[in-house]
Amino acid sequence: MTNTSGREDIEQMLPWFAAGTLGRKDAARVEKALASDRELARRFELVREELGETIRLNESLGAPSARAMAALLRKIDAESPAAGGQPVSVSLATRVSQFIAGLSPRTLAWSGAAAALAIVLQAGVITGVLLSDRGQGYRTVSVEQAAPAGEGSFALVRFSPAASAADITKLLEDSKATIVGGPSAGGIYRVKLAATALSREELARIVRQWQDNKAVGFAAPAQ
Amino acid sequence: MQTTSDEVLIERIAGGDRLAMQVLFARHHVKVYRFVLRLVRNESTAEDLISEVFLDVWRQAGRFEGRSAVSTWLIAIARFKALSALRGRKETELDEEFAQTIEDHSDDPEVSMQKKDTSEILRKCLGALSREHREIIDLVYYHEKSVEEVAQIVGIPENTVKTRMFYARKKLAEELKAAGIERGWP
Repeated sequence: MTNTSGREDIEQMLPWFAAGTLGRKDAARVEKALASDRELARRFELVREELGETIRLNESLGAPSARAMAALLRKIDAESPAAGGQPVSVSLATRVSQFIAGLSPRTLAWSGAAAALAIVLQAGVITGVLLSDRGQGYRTVSVEQAAPAGEGSFALVRFSPAASAADITKLLEDSKATIVGGPSAGGIYRVKLAATALSREELARIVRQWQDNKAVGFAAPAQ
Repeated sequence: MQTTSDEVLIERIAGGDRLAMQVLFARHHVKVYRFVLRLVRNESTAEDLISEVFLDVWRQAGRFEGRSAVSTWLIAIARFKALSALRGRKETELDEEFAQTIEDHSDDPEVSMQKKDTSEILRKCLGALSREHREIIDLVYYHEKSVEEVAQIVGIPENTVKTRMFYARKKLAEELKAAGIERGWP
């Protein structure tokens, strides 16, 4: 049985203990008290009930619309170059907001973030902005390279929802591949697998390797 | 699953990397939105505010020193924005608006119990708490903030965090009692 002042002390820590955010030492104190004090254990169940319902209440609040992301990108675009770095093209803002809007929440949470991050890590496939020689502003490399025509061998790829940015980046690096377009509907990216036009068999072989990679949910040769 | 840390994303954002900004937004915007929505109780205002929150991140990323978790920093910015927005409207007005959405539990408690199960009443009572009490309960239970982090976000001493949480829970118990649910505490 815990003494009264000790119990008050411990009782004040119960919400954090229930949420798993208590330091190790305090957590050990609470655990010990709960094991020997039935009334405290009963009160802890009340805390757990509150915790569960607070989560349910918050989860029921839904999520903001894609409007919030679009508004943010508009504001960033309107910022002077000094604040965050280089200016961005409007087309990138539009593409990114479409990207966000087009994904399901689950996809958004995992593959969307991971693939986007992989693109970031790939040192500027999409984030790299080129200054126009004529000073007419900025354009994204991805927009320029998204056209289906061009030298090289390509595949259409959808990354696995469970793939991390590190997985995707490693795959791209190991394969010496580059994301040159996308995502289109369904989260499909266009990936350049080789700088030259490979034979059909060789392309199929590489695509099969991609299909076997855990970071890939779908892969198919593309023109 | 390995993911790039928030801190790395902030470094990239400080360098002007917009896709890092997008990743950070994708990772945190729903929770930030819900935190703001629980304070301002207006979806449209909450949406406007989260873009303001992340715009501040864009502007201030270079000054982030990593003394707190990025999520704690985001919530602190969001709180400041929400409270600033609330200053434009009397909170009593907001509470009156919100009160219309809460079921009147002056009915016979037994009747109320028949209509709603305990967990639903508990959620109603959570929604009926004052802003201060809603805030601390959300920060601890939903946003998983430690005593230290809540102190940083709200700007109060750690001991006050514990007592405020205790009184928020006590008020919740009173609301539940008024709704016909006696929990034997406090």
